[in-house]
Amino acid sequence: MKKLKPDKQGYYGEFGGAFVPEMLYPNLYELQEQYESILQNSSFQEEFKSLLRDYAGRPTPLFFSKNLSKHFNAQIYLKREDLNHTGAHKINNAIGQVLLAKRLNKKRIIAETGAGQHGVATATACALLNLDCTIFMGEVDIDRQKPNVERMRILGAKVVAATSGSKTLKDATNEAIREWINNPVDTHYVIGSVVGPHPYPDMVAQFQSVISQEIKQQLKEKTGNGHPDYIIACMGGGSNAIGAFYHFIDNGKTKLIAVEAGGEGVYSGKTAATIALGKKGIIHGSKTYLIQTEDGQIVEPHSISAGLDYPGIGPVHSYLHDTGKAQVVNVTDQEALDAAFHLSKLDGIIPALESAHALAYLHKMNLKERDVIVINLSGRGDKDMLTYQKFV
Amino acid sequence: MNRIESLFKKKQNGILSIYFTAGFPQLNDTLSVIRNLEESGVDMLEIGFPFSDPLADGPVIQHSSFKAIENGMTLTLLFEQLKDARQHTQMPLVLMGYMNPVLQYGEKNFIKKCKEVGIDGVILPDMPLDYFERELNSVFLENDILNIMLITPETSEKRIKYIDQLSKGFVYMVSSNSITGGKNNMDLQTNYFSRINNMRLKNPTLTGFGIRDHQTYKTACQYSNGAIIGTAFIQHIAEHGVEKNSIQSFIKKLRK
Ligand SMILES: Cc1ncc(COP(=O)(O)O)c(C=O)c1O
Repeated sequence: MKKLKPDKQGYYGEFGGAFVPEMLYPNLYELQEQYESILQNSSFQEEFKSLLRDYAGRPTPLFFSKNLSKHFNAQIYLKREDLNHTGAHKINNAIGQVLLAKRLNKKRIIAETGAGQHGVATATACALLNLDCTIFMGEVDIDRQKPNVERMRILGAKVVAATSGSKTLKDATNEAIREWINNPVDTHYVIGSVVGPHPYPDMVAQFQSVISQEIKQQLKEKTGNGHPDYIIACMGGGSNAIGAFYHFIDNGKTKLIAVEAGGEGVYSGKTAATIALGKKGIIHGSKTYLIQTEDGQIVEPHSISAGLDYPGIGPVHSYLHDTGKAQVVNVTDQEALDAAFHLSKLDGIIPALESAHALAYLHKMNLKERDVIVINLSGRGDKDMLTYQKFV
Repeated sequence: MNRIESLFKKKQNGILSIYFTAGFPQLNDTLSVIRNLEESGVDMLEIGFPFSDPLADGPVIQHSSFKAIENGMTLTLLFEQLKDARQHTQMPLVLMGYMNPVLQYGEKNFIKKCKEVGIDGVILPDMPLDYFERELNSVFLENDILNIMLITPETSEKRIKYIDQLSKGFVYMVSSNSITGGKNNMDLQTNYFSRINNMRLKNPTLTGFGIRDHQTYKTACQYSNGAIIGTAFIQHIAEHGVEKNSIQSFIKKLRK
């Protein structure tokens, strides 16, 4: 099977590229020229894999949920990314990029964060590998993900509030990019999803692809067949989704389903369902679908889940959607909450609100008893306690 | 001949170009700002069309952009406001903004419309060079609209030469690696300025980003053909409005 790669300019079909001001060109050029050879380097791979294993706790289990399987009358597996160190898949990419930054001789790391999971993961990797770390986080998210803010501070990172626009993930990303423009030489920007200018989408996808690599192997061990009928993942920017899809794209069998945040409903004006409403445009340096006005102003999204509260998706997902290689659906805030409580009671796992979106889609499927479904449980719910408390 | 090229033919030193955001402070201020700046002796104007997520801009221009969007400014409306501008002014006019609004308007329509209302050049900071060459250069040429490109202290010599080759009108020399509105010390950048000077580019240069008073304007003029001022002017009209007297005294203080 051929791996999904963008072309030399970073395009997946018509999506991707690097639409950035000239001030960022030298930084991106350096990355574009070097990321592939660094990632393929065997000592890098060794270091990356050993940290994923001994530090992050990989491979994460593939758990056959008898209770969910019985409830939905199908064969349902949970890929337990929630059991990673720091509680989500984000650590895979954070360790990879911080190692890469070291090899580029960078002294300082900046990152944006929505739910705080990517911020915590980056702060963690920086503590471990001894790099200075600054995290940009929207003011609104600082309020709704307090525990993660404290974690980042304890880990030694500086947390800077993004106060522009909707004060959520999109604005934290703007602020991080501006900070990078102002500090081009010694700083590496660790983007937290498969968004942003080339080479970020491909680089982050490669770091996250370990998820589907493990699923394939684990499923084969458990069932004799490494290819499930469905993979379901939630989608903010799309990093856990592409990680879970990567080794199953175009395999002729597995249906790939990305679940976006419908918010209060796709037509409520309070949503983050990019594919349902989006038009092609440019966000954070990448051509992709995004939610915008007719005049090309980016619309402030809404989701109960901070990690999905983003008006775009990674260019690779626009491509997968347009070519029919993946299906993009959405569920509402309420459906996600219900699914989170359902899994907590049924299996004793409190999922992150983001991951609950993937679970919620189970309720909307017509499943057959022999269907094998893997849900990518991207993170755990500790960070969402304040929200969950309001709704129990 | 394109008005930008004529300007540089006529005048090589001390050129002053002012950036302002269309639709700010009030939706319909565009034409009076243009008129009052022309009467203050400014040489060229950069009219910004607002974008919700201006990546290369500091808080002042961010704020003027949000305000302009809130006021109802759109590209369509801006072209409508500009349709009679050429009856009032023969100054070179440049449109500046980000790619996404242009994509939604239609890139080719945008260039044609620029031509139609008498715009001379365009600055789209987030349009990649290779994309311009591949997709749009010919449309720019057909309509005699100049694509103004940026260089920074970190731009390699090879790339500067390439940008100079592709450019017409002038090259926009960003004073330091920063977003707009920085309070950088221009004197620290003189190595970079003289390095560019010594490259003997085929195009003239204007220096922008961080030019905010007489001192920084003078430094810019010493090393290039003139200066571009944005943040400081927007701050001025945010505080003092767009009256002719107030704009005139702002420009006078700069030039002295
Ligand atoms: C647990 C979890 N899942 C999913 C996401 C969404 O990001 P992505 O779509 O890149 O996986 C986040 C983002 O913060 C997250 O914390």
